[in-house]
Order: sequence, then C-alpha cells, then structure tokens
Amino acid sequence: MSHPERKNMPRQGAGGRAAHDVGGLAFGAIDRSEHDLALWEKRTDAMLILLVGAKKRAFTVDGLRRVIESYGEQEYDRTTYYEKWIRAVRNLIVEQEIVSREEIEARMTQARARHEQAGRKAAKARIP
Amino acid sequence: MSVQGRRQSNKRPAARFAPGEAVRIATRPVLGHCRTPWYLRGKMGTIAQVHGTFRDPERLAYHRPGLPAQVLYKVRFKQSEVWDRYPGPAGDHLEADIYEHWLEPLT
Repeated sequence: MSHPERKNMPRQGAGGRAAHDVGGLAFGAIDRSEHDLALWEKRTDAMLILLVGAKKRAFTVDGLRRVIESYGEQEYDRTTYYEKWIRAVRNLIVEQEIVSREEIEARMTQARARHEQAGRKAAKARIP
Repeated sequence: MSVQGRRQSNKRPAARFAPGEAVRIATRPVLGHCRTPWYLRGKMGTIAQVHGTFRDPERLAYHRPGLPAQVLYKVRFKQSEVWDRYPGPAGDHLEADIYEHWLEPLT
C-alpha cells in the first residue's frame, strides 16, 4: 500500500494566515495519486460520521475543522488526511467530556502492549 | 469537506445583498474557525447567487447552536482581481461561497 508523502512547506509571505489556509501559495504540483485506505482510516471515517450524526451530535464538522485549523505548520504538513481527523476526533471527544484523556492513554498503553507481545512494532510517541 | 449535517435554519433573515451587487470581502483577523479563504480578504467581487440561510459555522465550531444564522452567497471574482499578474485570459473568474458577515457593501 502506498502512502501520501508529506512535505513541510514554510508559508513564506503568508501573513497571519492559519497553517491550512494555503490557497495561492507556491506549493508545487498537487500529488493526485490515489491510495488504498487502511482499516484505521475507514474506521476513523465511520467514527466521525457516527459522532456528528443526528443520534449523537457529539460535535459538528465545523468543530473538526476548527481543531485541524489550529494545528501549527509542522503538525499540519506532516500529518495525512485521516491522521488530522483522528487527532481532532480525539481532542473533541475529550473536550466534550465523552471520554477522558486518561481513558484514552490507558487504552493506548494496552494496545501498545498487545502489539509488542505480538512482535509488531508499536509507535512509542504519544499523539501530541 | 461536505456541508453534510449543516441544517438549514427555520429563521430566514432577509438577504442583505442581491445578485449583481458589488461587495468587498472583509479583512478582519480570524478568531478560530472561519470559511473565508485568506486569498480573498479585501478582494472585490459581485454577488452571483444567494444560496440560502445556514447556521453560522464559526459558532457551530465551538459547540454553539450557530445562531444567528447567516445568509450564504456565491460571490464571483475576476481572477485578475484575486491574483497579482494573473497570466490567464482577462475574462476568467473564480467563484467562492461566502457568508454574509464577511461581505461589505461597495457603494
């Protein structure tokens, strides 16, 4: 499976605009190649749809945009589409007190241990 | 990002601008979420279409009800107005959806 390649692009002459608001800046050619979605990406998509849906109304897509738009340049550029989504979903469910930060950290520790036991490489870094 | 989930509000304020009217995009700084792209700030355009009334995304983004609702317009800009040294044909234009509170009258 291929992954989109991330590149960090300093916003020269960008004034005070947010990191996502890059219309008109020189960013080179757009990478239009498609890639297969990983299972976690499909799950992230499903989670978002359920959270913003009429039944839950945990937050809105506008809230998702707000969190993603608050990322700094480096974080914005080095994360992929669904990485931006899952981080924002995490922040929003904590913000709305649906799940606590401690609960997420505890589950992450469990998952990491499970992966290590199975001999799979698990990312050490915490999600910022 | 789609506009899925953004309900059309029952309260429908009258549109301040009509198709054909000249407007300028406000240049005020952004506080948090905003759907008006940076490259259009301060640019002059004309109202192409009144889309309707929608809850305000700038408030929805903070778990508020998004009221007062805002009229959303399709605004048309000359490409040569938007970009310095635009190399394309003089007749080229660009359209963007802009909420009423980002529009200033140009008369």
